[in-house]
Amino acid sequence: MAWRDSRGSRRRLLLAATAIACGLAALVAIASFGANVREAVHNQAKILLGADLVLSSRQPFGTETEAEIATLGGDQSREVRCNSMAYFPKSGNTRLVQVRALAGHFPYYGTLETTPPDATHTFAAGPLALVDDSLLYQFDAQVGDAITIGNFSFTIAGRLLKIPGEAGAASLIGPRVYIPFAYLPQTALVQEGSMVTYRVYFKLPKETDADRLLDTLRPHLNKYNVEGDTVQKRAASVGKMLENLTRFLNLTGFVALLLGGIGVASAIHVYMTEKLATVALLRCLGARQQSLFAIYLVQAVALGIFGAVLGAAGGVGIQQTLPRLLHDFLPVRIETTLSWSALGQSLTAGVGIVFLFSLLPLLAVRHVSPLQVLRSSLAEQLAPRRDPWRAGVIALILLGVFLFALLHTEHWWQSFLFCAVLVAAFLLLAVIASAIMAATRAMVSPSWPYVWRQGFANLHRPHNQTLMLLLALGLGAFLLMTLQFVQQALVDQVSRRHNANQSNLIFFDIQTDQREALTRLVGSFSLPTTQHAPLVTMRLTAVKGIAVETLRNEKRPDIDEWALRHEYRATYREQLIDTETLVAGTWQGKSESLAQQVPISLEEEVTKALSVTVGDPLEFDIQGVPIKTTIASIRKVDWQQIKPNFFVVFPAGVLEGAPQTYLLVTRTPSSEVSATVQRAVVGKFPNVSAIDLTSMLQTLDTLLSRIVFALRFMALFSIAAGLFVLVNAVLTSRQQRLKESVLLRTLGASRRQIAGILVAEYALLGGFAALSGTVLAVFASWALSRWWFEAVFAPPLIPALLAVVVVTCVAILTGLIGNRSVVRHSPLEVLRRES
Amino acid sequence: MFHSMTPSHHDILALHHVTKIYRNGTRPLTVLHDLSLTIESGETCAIVGPSGSGKTTLLGLCAGLDRPTSGEVHLAGHPLHQLSEDELADVRCRSVGFVFQSFQLIPTLTALENVSIPLELRGSAQARAAAVELLQRVGLEDRLQHYPTQLSGGEQQRVALARAFVHRPRILFADEPTGNLDEDTSAPIVQLLFSLNHDAGTTLVLVTHDMELARQTQRIIRLKGGSMIEDSATNRSRYKKTATS
Repeated sequence: MAWRDSRGSRRRLLLAATAIACGLAALVAIASFGANVREAVHNQAKILLGADLVLSSRQPFGTETEAEIATLGGDQSREVRCNSMAYFPKSGNTRLVQVRALAGHFPYYGTLETTPPDATHTFAAGPLALVDDSLLYQFDAQVGDAITIGNFSFTIAGRLLKIPGEAGAASLIGPRVYIPFAYLPQTALVQEGSMVTYRVYFKLPKETDADRLLDTLRPHLNKYNVEGDTVQKRAASVGKMLENLTRFLNLTGFVALLLGGIGVASAIHVYMTEKLATVALLRCLGARQQSLFAIYLVQAVALGIFGAVLGAAGGVGIQQTLPRLLHDFLPVRIETTLSWSALGQSLTAGVGIVFLFSLLPLLAVRHVSPLQVLRSSLAEQLAPRRDPWRAGVIALILLGVFLFALLHTEHWWQSFLFCAVLVAAFLLLAVIASAIMAATRAMVSPSWPYVWRQGFANLHRPHNQTLMLLLALGLGAFLLMTLQFVQQALVDQVSRRHNANQSNLIFFDIQTDQREALTRLVGSFSLPTTQHAPLVTMRLTAVKGIAVETLRNEKRPDIDEWALRHEYRATYREQLIDTETLVAGTWQGKSESLAQQVPISLEEEVTKALSVTVGDPLEFDIQGVPIKTTIASIRKVDWQQIKPNFFVVFPAGVLEGAPQTYLLVTRTPSSEVSATVQRAVVGKFPNVSAIDLTSMLQTLDTLLSRIVFALRFMALFSIAAGLFVLVNAVLTSRQQRLKESVLLRTLGASRRQIAGILVAEYALLGGFAALSGTVLAVFASWALSRWWFEAVFAPPLIPALLAVVVVTCVAILTGLIGNRSVVRHSPLEVLRRES
Repeated sequence: MFHSMTPSHHDILALHHVTKIYRNGTRPLTVLHDLSLTIESGETCAIVGPSGSGKTTLLGLCAGLDRPTSGEVHLAGHPLHQLSEDELADVRCRSVGFVFQSFQLIPTLTALENVSIPLELRGSAQARAAAVELLQRVGLEDRLQHYPTQLSGGEQQRVALARAFVHRPRILFADEPTGNLDEDTSAPIVQLLFSLNHDAGTTLVLVTHDMELARQTQRIIRLKGGSMIEDSATNRSRYKKTATS
């Protein structure tokens, strides 16, 4: 009966399934991609680390640690990592890179992918370097060209394409250059106070359990501030990171699916309204309520299954694009295979959503009286105002959404938050849309052109889908615009601070004996020194009298481990600077000697991480010299100002004799001058590195753009689902529109007036949807900027206006294309229908 | 013949050898065959005939809703067979009024807005005032802001009547105006239709099955199988003269 009853409406019902298919395609693609990622991390776990065990330290390994390393056996490789300027003599370009001096057969698992391929093996044999492909591309350098690192010139032996276990985006921040370990001394990069990491990679005998070995080493490592990493640890952390990524994308896809669900609910609502006469007739002929309900539920579920299958097929296609889209952020190589379990889960979610959402309009079937066959006006009188089942179905939908979210979030409260945000977004959009409509409706005046007034009236037509369309289009617009606004806010934030600050070039790793000469050199380019700061590297050894080693072994929940492990680069000075505000204690700019407890100033977040406050004692170790300090003050630091800022500030008069480096901040008028100064400095002081804030801003923008692009891709599914909902709504209401348009034509309306009414209606619909989405996006972006990113948010007017115009145009186009036959229909039909 | 076949300045409507053929696949179906007639300004006439006789097709052609396969149609001085779709719409908008069997009101508009449409389409500034006046005339002054679904069948047809006369058309086409109404409701509607028509001096062309209604016009045109088989004056005719073709 369900099949027979759907005769004549099947095509339209199947079309309604496209909205759900769109959301489901996103879900299948992401779920399957997630399964691929898990499999890749599992299969490539060893490649992620490249070794069985890695030990690393910010200081050279001491004799005790070296002795311990020697006893571990296996095959060992050494690596020293530091940041330095690379200089390309051919083009004269310089760029801050991450230098990795490597000795041994690392990586033991996976390979450094290079062009030519054998360069990874041959570069260790001479003064050769493997250089990040993107860096060579940036400076148009070739294999065979020279690259100067520190004091030494290497020949580029190969382009570095992929490093096992590292994401491509890393090269954006710090392009990598591998050099043979034997040539590290010639570069003279490692000097007192330089920021260097020492690593040793192990390939252990097969029978050795690396994790157990690391556990036995732990006390020793904690004592000497050495970090250890194993395949399992790395796989777990990478897996977790990627899991979070796919979970997030999954929730985005689910929003598209929900939109599809709303579209289906709306389509079924209209369908059921048209079917009321049939239902009444069947009731008249003796059909039971339950049987009728079942007939339409079967149709809805069939629609859901069709949409789900269609979506799954699309999802499998889209799945191929995801690894490419997220390529830069994936440390593993993804093999795209269809995950049957992911497919099954998504199909269940799709059919489930259709089932739940169609229950809502189907409830009306229960109230159809057989009397309606005789008097159709009974319909309105018989429908109960409050149906307890309705509340039950809504609760069931919310439960379904919550359960889905539960599968894709770590904690129940995150699922709850997801549901709450979603419900709030829907409600807010609905309220905003209704408010805009009500406000504009109140403004409609009899003096307005007829077509516009008729366009408005159409938004309120019986069985209108206005609110649903405003939600569907508005939510899509909201997602896209929030991404756009937040990215803009972040970039604006940094560049605004940057411009206000004007300082745009920082030199660091300056040795004491280079300080004067470098300041003079910078001055010779007529550049000012806007900030000058000494840097003293130190480690925390005790907090409130308890040794850091003990605290780390105890794994205290009130203390963040990073704050204990961190290698602090402190400075000393007499005054606070403009990025700092005192929030507790008293600032002490001067101290006499090391003999007593030195009054220091700590940054607010570090005090929280260490669970300390004003008056608490801290002990540091400066290259073997212990220093006892007391927290005299706590500062709040505005980290968003791109200026050298410090966790720990010592008073003047204490650290002047300690081993230290300096940093110098200057202001260059253009990128050309900046490049010239950097070239001159690198030429004369090869160990000194520079950060050009202007190019860093560009990097930040590029990085954000890539992240936002991937997110926007997912948001597009919501837009697409919204569009399908719009298309469905246009086609569903076409009959009614056709009837009215033909009547208007009969009464003498021209085609232009009919088209004008359509344009007015869809312009209003698209405009209101975009406006609601924009209002919500501005609100959400403001909240995200304010509380999450702590950035100042200024609503970007032009992108907002552009979005409103684009959504409006899309709505008008869809409306006109979907209704093109309405404009063309002959007025004679009004008579034909009559006779 | 009862009327001259050559359009005169008194004639509001003139059909000259009009034939209408529909194509059903490859098979041509002649719905109207070589039909000629004229209707004078201010005249009332009824087109009657069994189902399938071509009444609706004839009404469509007369009102400029359709085009003849051959022959000429002149309405209010306009050669309809030569006009474009939008020109036809303009003629309808200025000179033609309609009343339908199932009222054909736009559900999203109030009674007042529905009645205003013909003047609104012309861009008239007096649309609202004229609509209010007409609605008062049909006794619906307290229903101005009601939507069609909030009105009874009889009230809906009154709104339709008001809409038909609001722009002072020169000719009114009514297609089974009481077809959807019961006997009690029909009588006042018919009375109203003729009264409005009389006051406005509009030409009335009525398509109906109801011979009683047809006899209230001045002239009855009977169709059968696409041809006019009778064109006779009724008791109300100004001419009191009968002719058959």
